Formats: sequence, C-alpha cells, structure tokens
Amino acid sequence: MINNTLYDLAIIGAGPAGMSAAICAADHGLKVALLDEQANLGGQIYRKLYQPSLKDESILGPDYYQGRDLITQVQKCQIDYFFEANVWQVTCPEKNDSTSLEINLSIKQQGQQLKARKLLIATGAQERPTPFPGWTLPGVMTCGAAQILLKTSAMTPASPLVIVGSGPLLLLIAAQLHRAGVSISGLLDTRPKGRYVEALPHLAAALNNLPLLAKGLALMAEIKKANIPVYKNVTGLTALANPSERLDKVSFKAGNQHQEITCTTLLTHQGVVPNVQLSRALQLDHVWHQNQACWHPVKDEWGQSSHPDIYVAGDGSGITGAKGAANTGRIAALKIAQSLAKINQSQLTKLAQSPTKKLAKETCIRPFLDKLYYPAQSFLTPEDDTLVCRCEEVSAKDIRHMVKQGCTGPNQTKAFSRVGMGPCQGRLCGLTVSNIIAEESLSTPEEVGYYQIRNPIKPVNLSELIDLAK
Amino acid sequence: MPNASPFNRLESNSNTWVTLYIEDQTIQVPAGDTVAAAILSAGLLPSRATPISNSQRAPYCLMGVCFECLVTIDGKENSQACMTQVQDGMRVSKQIQAPDLNAANTREVKHDK
Repeated sequence: MINNTLYDLAIIGAGPAGMSAAICAADHGLKVALLDEQANLGGQIYRKLYQPSLKDESILGPDYYQGRDLITQVQKCQIDYFFEANVWQVTCPEKNDSTSLEINLSIKQQGQQLKARKLLIATGAQERPTPFPGWTLPGVMTCGAAQILLKTSAMTPASPLVIVGSGPLLLLIAAQLHRAGVSISGLLDTRPKGRYVEALPHLAAALNNLPLLAKGLALMAEIKKANIPVYKNVTGLTALANPSERLDKVSFKAGNQHQEITCTTLLTHQGVVPNVQLSRALQLDHVWHQNQACWHPVKDEWGQSSHPDIYVAGDGSGITGAKGAANTGRIAALKIAQSLAKINQSQLTKLAQSPTKKLAKETCIRPFLDKLYYPAQSFLTPEDDTLVCRCEEVSAKDIRHMVKQGCTGPNQTKAFSRVGMGPCQGRLCGLTVSNIIAEESLSTPEEVGYYQIRNPIKPVNLSELIDLAK
Repeated sequence: MPNASPFNRLESNSNTWVTLYIEDQTIQVPAGDTVAAAILSAGLLPSRATPISNSQRAPYCLMGVCFECLVTIDGKENSQACMTQVQDGMRVSKQIQAPDLNAANTREVKHDK
C-alpha cells in the first residue's frame, strides 16, 4: 500500500529524541509522521511507560516515570502515528533533487510506503556487543534486556544471578533488581585499574552537571549498602554450560585469584553505542568516535547528516542520554522547520538557544563517563576462541586468520566467512570485526571501515514487497 | 514443562491475560507481554538452535537488535519474538536449525531431556 500523503517530516523512533522532535515540528505547523517498531511511544528508556507494568514505582525510580510528561505532550499533538512499524528500507533522491524520500515499512506483515520531504533518524542506541567465551549460552543476556523485562512485563531474571561489565546502566540495573528483591550473587567490574585516573582530567567539565554526578554516586552507595559481592578488575571472563548447554556458572579472575560463581542468569553490559543500521544502509557518512569506541553518523550542530534532507538525533547520533536526546530532537526539528520555511532564520536562532544550552549540560559529563567506563580491551578485540559473529558463528581467530591472508576490511571478511551476514546483519559483530581487523593490520577502525549494510534491514516476506505494488 | 529456570513475575498493573501455545505448552501471560517475555516466563529455553552448528540460543537483547529470539509465530518463520506482542490463541514454535524445504512440516523438533 502506498500512502499518498506527503509528510513534511517523518521521524523514525519514538524515544525521547523522536517524541521531542515531533512535538516541536507539529508546534511549527509541520505535517509529521512518527514511526516506531514498538506498539507505542517511549523508546527503550520510557518503554511501556504509557501503561506501566510494575505496581511498585520505586523499583525503576523517578527517572523512568518523569518521561510521562513527554508522552502526554506528544499525545496532545496532531501527529500521524505508525506503531509496530518495521522500517526495512529508506530510499532517498539524489542530493538537491526536489522529490521526496520513500520509507518502506511493514506493519503486522503488511507492506506500506510513506513519503516525506525530510527524515529524522532517531533510532537510538543499542548495547555494545560484549563478546567473551560462552556469551551465546541460554541464560546469558544483556543488562538492557533485564531492564526491558522489568519495564514491559514486571519480570525479574531467574537467580542465582551475576552481573558483569562496565557502565552506568550496569549500576542502575543492579540497583533496580536489588530494589525488586532479586538476590545478586556477584557484581563483576571488568574495568582494568586506572580508569579513574584517565577520567580525572574530564572531571572539571563533568562538574557542570552535578545532579547527574550525584545520581551516580547515590547508585554506587546504594549498591554498597546492598552488600552485593563486588569483584574488581575482572579478567578471563567465561560463561560455562551444564551438559544440556545451559548457563551453569561464570568463571573469571579477580586480581590474581581464579573464581567461579554458580548462576542461572548472567547479565552483561559494556555501555551503549549508536544503532547505525539505518544510517549505514542509507550510506550516510560516519565517523569513528575514539572515546566511545563506536561509529557516529556525521552531523552538523543541527543534526543534519551528510544528506541535506536527512537529520539524525538522539543516542543514535552519539550518546548523550535521554535528556540530551530530547534536546537534539528539538534542535533538529527547529532546523527542519526553518528549512521548510515554517520559521525564519532569526526565529531559529532564538528558539534553538534553550535546547542548545540544555544539551551542553548533558554533553559536558560525557567525556568523563566515556573514560571512566571505557570497556576493557578484551571486549573490543576478544581472544581467539571467542565467537564474534553469533549468527554465522565466526570466531575472533577466524577474523585474525583472514587478515593474515590479506583481508583489509570487514566487507572482505564478510565475503570469505559470512561474518555479519546472518539475521542480525552485523549489529552484534560489526564493531568487533572492525576493531580486530584494525588491531591485526596495525591500522584504525576509521581506516578499515565498516560493513556495507544492505537493504532490507529487517526480514521481509515477499508478500510485503508485493503489497507495495498494490 | 519448563526446562530452564523461569523468570519471576512481580506485582503488576496488568489484569488481562491471554493464552498462547509454545510448542505443546499452553501458556498464560499478561496481554502486554512480548512473545520473548512469554518464553522466558515459561522457562522454555532454548528458543532456537543455529543453522550452522545446532548451538542452543535464547532471547538475548530483547530490543530487536540481536535476532537470537527468532521463532515461528502463527506459521511465519524468522519472527522476532521480542518485537511481537502476544495475541490470544497465538501459536509459537522454536526454530531448530534451518528449515528442511523437503519436509517443512514434518521436521523433528529437538527437545531437551
């Protein structure tokens, strides 16, 4: 089905960035389509907040419920919603061509096409892939997954439970699960010694956002008070299986001491990175962010990408957190309103002042956090026996071997081994493969590049393609 | 029967329940759940085995990124369980290795003892 409405702006992703952009754009008279693959507003951070599952609101804490304001505001606007929308391809005209962008998507297995003059990609972040031996075992999940289950289904993971990795979200989920009455058998901090020293030069800038620093300290205090056994400088992380191939225990070294903890669930986390699947499929320019060890789509101060009609906002354009994301959404929507002559240049300058100032407050703390929680090297370039590509089952050793054979980039390793060609299309191995190739060939991720992401970026039935011809 | 420790449910605001069928199990879950949450709450792991080596897998990221929770839902293969809301009467089956095109409807499903 082709939808013949020409939208001024299509926003993909209804998290804080997408919702804020939608409100701002609708306020300035733009005809807006807001799309999300979930069943309603919120994104990952405010997931299911339109109808919270947990009775006890103290478990997730006030930061989750404060998203209600944004959801209420966006519900009041004149916006066309497309929920449960699997966007599988966006096609764009050549630069400076006046034709519209075409967004191909499926809702409940029905193919549809939307047309829009401008596109805002607000597809958010994903958790950084955390490869280590045994990470594919049933029972091993991400910290984000556990939090999603708390939000959507009021569910807590089976114990005994161990949490491993690094990052603010890891501390938050540990605290939330503890509040929910879950016993945590171990909190394994995989950061090597020295992260505090490396982060110290960025502390002065971070002090401009004292409330966020204070929240972090309060979380650390809460975990300490909870008497969760904490292991520091953890290396040699391995998840071990029982005879029926289910997670049984986690083995590791803390300092020089070898340890094993029996567990049914192992939650892992190494920070979040932009989900660049759509921006990559659109062949927008990307740049390697050294401190966050991930790719960002190239954007200017307004969020305009390397294509003049496509903008990026929120954590998908660089990690700033929910509040920062909301402001990048507003800023992009204002610029889009100006580019469509809904506001003039001086209005744009004036209106952008407040969100720009608020955004600066959220970004000032990032260099400190990036350094403090930078992943240990073994999660960026894992040891030989670690599976890198979960779908096609390609190991770090296989990648290194291909580099020795002369592969200079991820697209060659793809052709040789099918790495990145399984159902996840490289979402869970792309960063690792670029990192390993860079390390082995004494190059940089920027030099070796990333996979060429092919459309469709979600699995589609042939009938959904045929729907577009109807 | 569950073959892995099921996830626990806390007190919830949901009061509508739906019934779905995972393999030969009848499962009742709150209406807002995803299929992946239903699988985890019933402890029915693994939910798939890879086509490459029959490696056992289960829902991993719950946000549509990893594609580890691929199952067959109401006849549609390769459906992301974490991105699909449960519906009353839904039928879910595990994806064990690659489909055999010659015997698509008769292939044997490997169950753990």
